[in-house]
Amino acid sequence: MAAHGTVEKAAGRVARATAATRPPRTREWTPWIYLAPALVVLGGLLLYPIYQLGLISLFEYTQVQVSGGEPATFQGVGNYSELFGDREFWRVLLATVVFAAACVVSTLAVGCALAVLLTRVRALPRLALMLAALGAWATPAITGSTVWLLLFDPDFGPVNRVLGLGDHSWTYGRHSAFFLVLLEVVWCSFPFVMVTVYAGIRSIPSEVLEAASLDGASQWRIWRSVLAPMLRPILVVVTIQSIIWDFKVFTQIYVMTGGGGIAGQNLVLNVYAYQKAFASSQYSLGSAIGVVMLVILLAVTLVYLRLLRGQGEEL
Amino acid sequence: MNSWGFVRRPWRLAAEASALVIAVVVAFPLYWMVLSAFKPAGEIESTEPRPWTLAPTLDSFRRVFGQQEFGRYFLNSLVVACTVVVVSALIAFLAATAVTRFRFRFRTTLLIMFLVAQMVPVEALTIPLFFQMRDFGQLNTLGALILPHIAFSLPFAIWMLRGFVKAVPEALEEAAYLDGASRSRFLWQILFPLVFPGLVATSVFSFISAWNDFLFAKSFIISDTSQSTLPMALLVFYKPEDPDWGGVMAASTVMTVPVLVFFVLVQRRLVSGLGGAVKD
Repeated sequence: MAAHGTVEKAAGRVARATAATRPPRTREWTPWIYLAPALVVLGGLLLYPIYQLGLISLFEYTQVQVSGGEPATFQGVGNYSELFGDREFWRVLLATVVFAAACVVSTLAVGCALAVLLTRVRALPRLALMLAALGAWATPAITGSTVWLLLFDPDFGPVNRVLGLGDHSWTYGRHSAFFLVLLEVVWCSFPFVMVTVYAGIRSIPSEVLEAASLDGASQWRIWRSVLAPMLRPILVVVTIQSIIWDFKVFTQIYVMTGGGGIAGQNLVLNVYAYQKAFASSQYSLGSAIGVVMLVILLAVTLVYLRLLRGQGEEL
Repeated sequence: MNSWGFVRRPWRLAAEASALVIAVVVAFPLYWMVLSAFKPAGEIESTEPRPWTLAPTLDSFRRVFGQQEFGRYFLNSLVVACTVVVVSALIAFLAATAVTRFRFRFRTTLLIMFLVAQMVPVEALTIPLFFQMRDFGQLNTLGALILPHIAFSLPFAIWMLRGFVKAVPEALEEAAYLDGASRSRFLWQILFPLVFPGLVATSVFSFISAWNDFLFAKSFIISDTSQSTLPMALLVFYKPEDPDWGGVMAASTVMTVPVLVFFVLVQRRLVSGLGGAVKD
């Protein structure tokens, strides 16, 4: 016992002596203590719900089962074959992909063009554009949706007056309704791209750009051959973020097209899943749609990871 | 800062003119929102909308604040958003410190998991979360809105803060220990203030995601409406067939102004924050 105590004291002295000269790196569990809150939260509120989502999608789960009237019965892939056999699902899936792609491309084009513009102007116009963009960014999705509806209202909106469109209804037709939502989505999401890319351009030494300009390169050429390659890591980040956000657009579609448009013509996967689950209590079908979305976004993530690795990014 | 003196003068003037025009176009929806909130009812419902008003009135705001429990909804939204911001910032700070300043097994695996977690379509999790919140007895409480949003904002916050923690030189940490600082003292009194700009930038994202939340408020607060948030208050005035535009725009204005103020306050840090996060 006594000997043991002495050893402990000696070990303590050694530990104190080394602690004074270098950080106490020896304790293996310290990072795990720092990580514990994050892991508990993510495990309980992200990982477990994902597991449950997959589980529900394999069962028959409607209002009866939720209220406990009947036990949930195992369906296997039954819900998925029902979903994949439904023409509407494929129509919604296609609409989601095309709509998200259009949103991503437009957002990136507008955001990058305005970021370049920001570097060409003096402080005052730059501040004006920056503040306007921050305003659009700060606008909650639901208020943005209602304001854009008012702007394009067939009776009371200013846009139809200015364009001389009379009482043309933007939300009536499938394509014009999607187009209107796209405008709102681009309006509220280009600021993120603009500000991020602008911050990136600012970190490039100006000599590089001056040299290109002195060599007589056009603006487009400077962008394509100098800026874009140097900004690649930033462009990858904003592209991926845009894909994630635009693929999951919910509020704008739900509010602007009244829950998915006339006869569901403007449904996207998210709204479709919501309608299936909460409006018609088909929780298992809604979950199956959720799983499909999850798989698609995971595929995007894998591509992203490969891009990062390809750049030699150290994780 | 880039010096663009070499850009020829007429081009610069054209660029500045277009920047101003674009600024006006981008700001126009917000202008129209505020304008419509102050217009008298008859003027909003005019088929010849004018970009000004000669008779500004507070009627719409009175209707909004006169609505049962509007103040309560506002407070609820604020409580949800602020709790999410503070809690996820603290948890993300600790986690980002762990993955940048320690070498341990599964570190890379964890980082990839945080990255993948960002991609999870949270809307798809509404269904399992609904049952989970029901089982925890959190349905119809603010907890049902706060808890999921903390989880959803964490992965992005950790990923973003990583760059800021990395930027703090290791030598500083060693110097602190030489001066006899404990690990927790270093963490909270040296590292925390240094990465604060990064925390501001990340909190913008978590604030927005919580403040904007519409789906969870709609799905998880079903019977006790006193626990509802601003988007629900706004929908009281928005009936697709016959919207009360004055009320909708006044409620929208009230809902947008706090975020706008927050953005303007953190503007500089946001721009430098994004620059710092992506440079890494």
